[in-house]
Amino acid sequence: MEVMTWTYLMVGVTFAIYIGIAIWSRAGSTSEYYVAGGGVSPLANGMATAADWMSAASFISMAGIISFAGYDGSVYLMGWTGGYVLLALLLAPYLRKFGKFTVPDFVGDRYYSSTARLVAVVCAIFVSFTYVAGQMRGVGIVFSRFLEVDINTGVIIGMAIVFFYAVLGGMKGITYTQVAQYCVLIFAYMVPAIFISLLMTGNPIPQLGFGSQTADGTYLLDKLDGLVTQLGFGAYTEGTKPMIDVFCITLALMVGTAGLPHVIVRFFTVPRVRDARISAGWALIFIAILYTTAPAIAAFARVNLIDSVSEKAYAEAPSWVKSWEKTGLIKWEDKNADGNMQYVANKDANELTIDRDIMVLANPEIAKLPNWVVALVAAGGLAAALSTAAGLLLVISTSISHDLLKKTLMPGITEKQELLFARIGAAAAVCIAGYLGIHPPGFVAQVVAFAFGLAAASFFPVIIMGIFSRRMNKEGAIAGMVLGLTVTAGYIIYFKFMHPELNTPDHWFLGVSPEGFGTVGMVLNFVIATAVASVTKAPPAAVQRLVAEIRVPRGAGAASAH
Amino acid sequence: MSEHNSAGAEAYWKANVRLVLGLLAVWFAVSYGAGILLVDWLNEFRLFGFKLGFWFAQQGSIYVFVALIFVYVWRMNKLDREFDVHED
Repeated sequence: MEVMTWTYLMVGVTFAIYIGIAIWSRAGSTSEYYVAGGGVSPLANGMATAADWMSAASFISMAGIISFAGYDGSVYLMGWTGGYVLLALLLAPYLRKFGKFTVPDFVGDRYYSSTARLVAVVCAIFVSFTYVAGQMRGVGIVFSRFLEVDINTGVIIGMAIVFFYAVLGGMKGITYTQVAQYCVLIFAYMVPAIFISLLMTGNPIPQLGFGSQTADGTYLLDKLDGLVTQLGFGAYTEGTKPMIDVFCITLALMVGTAGLPHVIVRFFTVPRVRDARISAGWALIFIAILYTTAPAIAAFARVNLIDSVSEKAYAEAPSWVKSWEKTGLIKWEDKNADGNMQYVANKDANELTIDRDIMVLANPEIAKLPNWVVALVAAGGLAAALSTAAGLLLVISTSISHDLLKKTLMPGITEKQELLFARIGAAAAVCIAGYLGIHPPGFVAQVVAFAFGLAAASFFPVIIMGIFSRRMNKEGAIAGMVLGLTVTAGYIIYFKFMHPELNTPDHWFLGVSPEGFGTVGMVLNFVIATAVASVTKAPPAAVQRLVAEIRVPRGAGAASAH
Repeated sequence: MSEHNSAGAEAYWKANVRLVLGLLAVWFAVSYGAGILLVDWLNEFRLFGFKLGFWFAQQGSIYVFVALIFVYVWRMNKLDREFDVHED
């Protein structure tokens, strides 16, 4: 069968499954809509968290970024997994014990202030929107390449699907669709990886394969180091970024991960505190399967790419070069008019521009794998993008219906009305997300990096202090959140949007790039919050009792609105 | 939490924080230590086809992260029972 037929088949079947699950698990109450009734098993929650977490950026972009960045790409690997340690040890169990629906709920109650709640709502919505735009973009890319529809049409099809199961099923629908989506995406990621590892090193386990020898007896990574240095690039296994920047980016990503509302809220769906702990463990195992495979794919793909294009005649280029050229993601310009493709580090001599996003998507074609594997990757990319988009849309809709309307503006509404508002909110959010997907601000991974910096500078410190310090009060928390957020957002906007020409290490504060600046924002948040809290009065006794209570597991009931 | 066992709760919390700090020290050592700060030095050593520092940054740290969470779960469940604050 043709690639196209296979792709229609795989995408069609998986979409049918998602819709079937959505119909089977419709939400009837706000508790089901917000936290799936609090009855999800830790294993299923772990799987759903993994799918929720692994976005189009993880699935499509990450291996490609590592492929071109080599060691420097490690920031994403460590950053996006290490955050789960923080989540499991410092946040998840206590927030589960707290037992409400949302992160702004915690911030509002712990800091006895509707201002704090409002700041948290604004952060949650902002972070989620920045992040969801990247997902919709990913959906568009997959559709345009594999089904040869226009990117915009692709985004609209994706919107329709998410609309269906997020609006109808709420958290309950999303959770069980995410379990299915995890299975699809991990299968789609592993199959080509195993094939390629076998082909290149004879070892079926990619994690070991990329430390093994290739057919000519040299170790794969040594061979790769040799190939790239010959073409003028830095050695693959050594970094080029300053160490302080690598440090700060990794920390910002880790802390940001632990502070992302759509991830935190997943731990409200399990029945007990101990389930929240183990669930984080399951989530990280499921994530680690993909995250330890990604660097292997990255190395394989770079070797394959250089082998198949460098100094080869364009006329005899493999078919994938031409099919990706059509999407504009590969460009070739014969600067020296020799008819061969020069792929080198020197910008003036380099003739081939390759978008990193295609490294995973084109990888099966580059390695000449069977058509059904190529189609599988398309279905996997869609699963990754849709599952994350749905989780984010839920946070947005919950923030509007629960935190903004029920808790702040219209406390008198009934549960039925609240549920209706949640659905309307989700529907509106899907449309805005689709718009952002069609008119994207920057490429997938960069947009996502923005969301992390902001989550790192706002939510993470405020929640940690809310649990680990009894003395932290509303004045401190608000000052910290507002300052952390403004400084981080200001720094990113200054270098990314206002003065992109100044975005070089000499102009950065202490050599920290905008991607890593969330770390500075977080430290500022901690410092300012502590300083302000020490000169203002201690929180009321009831709040101090609340802090004492969330520190012990016994007595965690189902998550509730009261 | 009633008043009479608040001393127990205090001790439980101290033990909890101690455990968490210990695990976070390992968390820091494998990622920021081995994967970033000491990477050049560790790269002098090899693990099969990997330079060791590179391996920690792209593989080893992630395996340790997974192990850390499971150690935490196991130790906390024990701690919950010791201090009689476990759920039924």
